[in-house]
Amino acid sequence: MTPVLEAKNLKRDYHIPGSLFKPAKTVHAVKGVSFKVEQGKTLAIVGESGCGKSTLARMVTMIDPITEGDMLIDGRKVDIAQEPLTAEMRSKVQIVFQNPYGSLNPRKKIGDILTEPLIINTKVPADERRDRAMAMLKKVGLEEKHYGRYPHMFSGGQRQRVAIARALMLNPRLLVLDEPVSALDLSVQAQVLNLLADLQDEFKLTYVFISHDLSVVRHIADDVMVMYFGEAVEYGSRDQVFGNPQHSYTKTLFAATPRVDVDAIRARIERRKRVA
Amino acid sequence: MSLLEVKNLTVEFQTASGPFRAVDGVSLKVDEGEVLAIVGESGSGKSVSMLAAMGLLPWTAKVTADVLTFNGRDMQAMSDSDRRKIIGKDIAMIFQEPIASLNPCFTVGYQIEEVLRIHTDLSRKARRDRAIELFQSVGIPNPEERLGHFPHQMSGGQCQRVMIATALACNPKLLIADEPTTALDVTIQKQILDLLMKLQAEHGMGLIIITHDMGVVAETADRVIVQYKGRQIEEADVLSLFSAPKSVYTKALLSALPENATGERLPTITEKLTDAEIFAGAVR
Repeated sequence: MTPVLEAKNLKRDYHIPGSLFKPAKTVHAVKGVSFKVEQGKTLAIVGESGCGKSTLARMVTMIDPITEGDMLIDGRKVDIAQEPLTAEMRSKVQIVFQNPYGSLNPRKKIGDILTEPLIINTKVPADERRDRAMAMLKKVGLEEKHYGRYPHMFSGGQRQRVAIARALMLNPRLLVLDEPVSALDLSVQAQVLNLLADLQDEFKLTYVFISHDLSVVRHIADDVMVMYFGEAVEYGSRDQVFGNPQHSYTKTLFAATPRVDVDAIRARIERRKRVA
Repeated sequence: MSLLEVKNLTVEFQTASGPFRAVDGVSLKVDEGEVLAIVGESGSGKSVSMLAAMGLLPWTAKVTADVLTFNGRDMQAMSDSDRRKIIGKDIAMIFQEPIASLNPCFTVGYQIEEVLRIHTDLSRKARRDRAIELFQSVGIPNPEERLGHFPHQMSGGQCQRVMIATALACNPKLLIADEPTTALDVTIQKQILDLLMKLQAEHGMGLIIITHDMGVVAETADRVIVQYKGRQIEEADVLSLFSAPKSVYTKALLSALPENATGERLPTITEKLTDAEIFAGAVR
């Protein structure tokens, strides 16, 4: 079976033009990353800010062109620098952003937000667009009465549901989730993660899940890729990466993640008593 | 005697649809050398209660409390100028967004020396030496050079270190850290928390950490207060909170942690709990 997404030696450079006082500079944001994701699976990309994970997300979503390397979506080579993007390709990959307060247009009603991808990319008539949006609202755990409301009338978790619904309107094969739960409260985070798991089962969706929260990654991912300064320093199945991390950065990352088990807390209190 | 003692604190805001009670009957105590964590989801009134205790809320907020004392002095009866002498000196605060809480128009050195100029009678030279010493203690490399930098020239983690250095400038007795690591990466978060704990132990200050992150609580606190919608739900020492939570809300919150998940799905008990059930299950 061909993987939904395959990347071979993907690179992305940003050119910063020089000025009178500064010479031109090239930033290598992603330096040759290879991975593949099978249908219905989740690849988690982990790394600190500035490590190139969002640049990677922009390339996969075909927002930014690739500088070097190959990207295959459903076995088809895509390069937006060479040929313009077709509506068909655009509907295959969709993205959900981190901040649901910033990613929804405050002047548009939820119904308009959900039907807009259909207007742009398909020839679906208006009444069917409305029906599809209504159905999608229910799928993500909202109600039909929410169709005519504005984003400010919703809580953060509900807005993220709207953003997920919008991404699913075009029946994508691949969903890129750029820190989808890091702006949400703990209990809301659990609800959204459950929703994502349910939708994955129902639509056989493939996820590229970008996060810095290792506990979330451990819960949701099948494969994990750890990025550090534009390079993939660790790539393998979840159990491999969490069970036996190879690279020193991965180990640092695990050591830095707060532990909430009772034994760890007891050990910390003991240490504190000894110092005092 | 406790360092900070608050009894039955209530904060109300006037809104178009009548008064809104952001904090409802919160009581807390912090002793010297103690780390208290206040944990709650957004809108639980954890930041507002601390801002109210420090008198930093705008006049639109109505603050009432039976007792509000710092080091035995009544903060409510105090004049504004007396309170300003305490705030920034004996009580210091670190805010969530390190880059936003520094003034972009001044160098970080100016901003840290400003605190010293207002609260101490050190000379210009002594202030500069103290600033360098503080930068060293929070782990900023090349402090002499760094003092002349502007906030935009530093990373988020470095800015948070500057904020901590500024807060520690006058050796405060109580440090309030409002979501000190929320905007930072996990590796930086670890460094900042370790630094806070180290400085707390060295100076023997009282430390209040406001957070929504159970991980931060587990890594730092001695005692924990759980808040929900402005009310106190549970107060316990950190070990009993995590090993045997008493209130339904704390139980639900801990079960929603991905680390504690057993199956494919995370339990979302809070979704089903009504406010009345949560408040009824409160353990004080």
